[in-house]
Amino acid sequence: MLDALKTRLGDAALSEFRGQSRAIVPRDDLASTMQWLKDDQGFDLLVDVTCVDYLSYRDAEHRFGLVYLLANTATNERLTIRVYLDEPDLAVPSMCDLWCGANWLEREVFDMFGIEFRGHPNLKRILMPEAFVAHPLRKDYPLQGRGERHNFPVLTREQA
Amino acid sequence: MAIEVPENVVVTKLDELASWCRKNSLWPMPFATACCGIELMATGASKHDLARFGAEVFRFSPRQCDLMIVAGRVVMKMLPVLQRIWQQMHEPKWCISMGACASTGGVFDTYAVVQGIDRFIPVDMYIPGCPPRPEQLIQAIIDLQDKIQREGTIRGAEFELASRQAPKRALVELPTYGRSAAMIGPGR
Amino acid sequence: MSLAPSLERPPQSQDYLWTLNFGPQHPATHTTLRIVLELDGERVVNAIPDIGYLHSGFEKIGEKLDYNQYVTVTDRMNYISPMANNVAWHHAVETLLGIELTPRCKYIRTIICELARISDHLLSTGAMGLDTGAFTFFLYAFYQREVIYDIFETLCGARFTNSYTRVGGVMHDITPQVIEKIRRFVKTFPATIDDLEKLLNRNRIFVDRTRQVGVLTKEEATNWSATGPVARASGVTRDLRKDEPYLAYADFDFQVCCATAGDCFARYYVRMAEMRESLRIIQQAIENLPSGPANIGVDERTTLPSKAQVYQTIEGTITHFELVMLNRGFTVPSEESYAAIEAPNGELGFYVVGDGSDVAYRARCRPPSFIHFSLFPKLIRGHTLSDVVAVLGSLNIIAAELDR
Ligand code: SF4
Repeated sequence: MLDALKTRLGDAALSEFRGQSRAIVPRDDLASTMQWLKDDQGFDLLVDVTCVDYLSYRDAEHRFGLVYLLANTATNERLTIRVYLDEPDLAVPSMCDLWCGANWLEREVFDMFGIEFRGHPNLKRILMPEAFVAHPLRKDYPLQGRGERHNFPVLTREQA
Repeated sequence: MAIEVPENVVVTKLDELASWCRKNSLWPMPFATACCGIELMATGASKHDLARFGAEVFRFSPRQCDLMIVAGRVVMKMLPVLQRIWQQMHEPKWCISMGACASTGGVFDTYAVVQGIDRFIPVDMYIPGCPPRPEQLIQAIIDLQDKIQREGTIRGAEFELASRQAPKRALVELPTYGRSAAMIGPGR
Repeated sequence: MSLAPSLERPPQSQDYLWTLNFGPQHPATHTTLRIVLELDGERVVNAIPDIGYLHSGFEKIGEKLDYNQYVTVTDRMNYISPMANNVAWHHAVETLLGIELTPRCKYIRTIICELARISDHLLSTGAMGLDTGAFTFFLYAFYQREVIYDIFETLCGARFTNSYTRVGGVMHDITPQVIEKIRRFVKTFPATIDDLEKLLNRNRIFVDRTRQVGVLTKEEATNWSATGPVARASGVTRDLRKDEPYLAYADFDFQVCCATAGDCFARYYVRMAEMRESLRIIQQAIENLPSGPANIGVDERTTLPSKAQVYQTIEGTITHFELVMLNRGFTVPSEESYAAIEAPNGELGFYVVGDGSDVAYRARCRPPSFIHFSLFPKLIRGHTLSDVVAVLGSLNIIAAELDR
């Protein structure tokens, strides 16, 4: 599997850390690579989709790193696929057609980071309220928020 | 010749009777959102048995309840729901804020968690702990019963005290940004 | 009798559907989630889950608390099996740091993980019973949970927000008193499982309400990223304890429990069977508990040394200061790694990004409940309204893990 990946993506894209193999895929190749991984290499389980905001990371070259964790249930191999994205173009193809499980995971990444998944059937906020404007897991959003949590009417005994 | 009974004698007695009835048949509305809710369940279950204090009749319909137990953190999306349920409960009603999260936000000083429900609804009892042990919840209910017995009046005059009216911490002190349409609108 | 889950007419052709709001405050949601159901009479045509009613920014806090502090927050994630969360978090951190645990620590963590699994399954099956009308079952199950709470309380002082693990070890070693309690639990618990099984396994009402309801096939389970008991009830044999043995699982003799039906009853059944297997693991682990230290040594500079070491040896003193002082702490590579364990609910993993400091740059949690809940509309379509609670109960959705 690793050799096949190497010929496909080139040596530089592969790395390994503590026994976990990882590959960096250019965004334009993402859809075809994933299709190939699923159909030909047997990665039938999409474990997770997540994202990292490298805004304040030392020596980071890109703003966002999208992470796909794949697993092969037959051979118990795992593979991490990373895609780097930069503002202003934060759109990647959606994986919903390949793995149905990607649906909510992608919605969550959209909600938390504002990454747009093209072709997603229902790309709406999932955790935050609809009217929320920020993307809370970005590094430029403060932990305590911008005061949204105080923005409610107060009920007293009299009103109730 | 009628004996002139001062009006207030009877009223006081009735008040006491009413308070006694109320305090011994609290019907809790378990507003269990998070981990504290598990402890609330444990309080109601076999070992701790809340029935010993006349407060075991958990009803999930706010119309039937007079004690709201907020167990767990309340977040931005949930607060309008909490307020609406509180409004749907009938007077006289009380509120217990169970656990650090409901009272102050607890460890979750984050963008989404309301830092204490007492900013937005009136609260009668606070239970510290994360989670509070079932014994603490039972103690809080006993204390609340005490309070009802001491202060209760038949027409709920105790709620009219200015001190019980005011929200515990003034909202004006807190920073609010962007009260525009883009933010979450107040209530529903 | 369960109605045949078929829709004679496609939903578009119906004259009117009515919409029912299920939650966010509803007894059968256990915690807070909302489902908007579209009904044709009593038949569910569509279900639109709406979550986020308990979203409290766990992952954002993870970027502010250091590797040891964050364990307190993981407790609150899946609060019916917090020990498993603790272990998962520190398993991920130790993978990032490249730490090898002592054998004793591995065994201790295995034991607490399995106890957590039992207590989770007790509550999830208990609550499922409660929702489908079997209150007795719930009381039996909760009684045993109290016993497990008691063990945990003796072990670390808290009933269920344990925060027991530390980087490279545990809070403190397991004591003979705890071992005694666990032994007693291992002896008494099988009788309770027997009782529980007698109560529900052949209970007509329960079986009728759960058989053939919410069927998930094997292919769908994998395609929808389902793991844990939900996937195993559909015939997926994946179990990280066997497939990627972590901690001490390679040492024990146990079986992976699977079913093929994929319905609610199968999920209940798999959970019941898993409890027995967990008990076997605990029994083997507690009898073969290796001696030696529970935490890794002082030279590794990751766990706080014991007080005796701090006061009596120079290495201990230095390590203590190094760890406690600000801007020291342990060394973390600027790398990213993912590690998962088989939590009671499925694969619970953390994707941790280190940036050289004591605090994770990103602490992503892979929440099994979140992924399982996305299956819900698919499972309930075509069934009746009363099946909603059965399906919900069988998926074991924990809101704090769902929303984080
Ligand atoms: S106070 Fe603690 S136990 Fe209770 S909801 Fe908050 S975090 Fe959970």
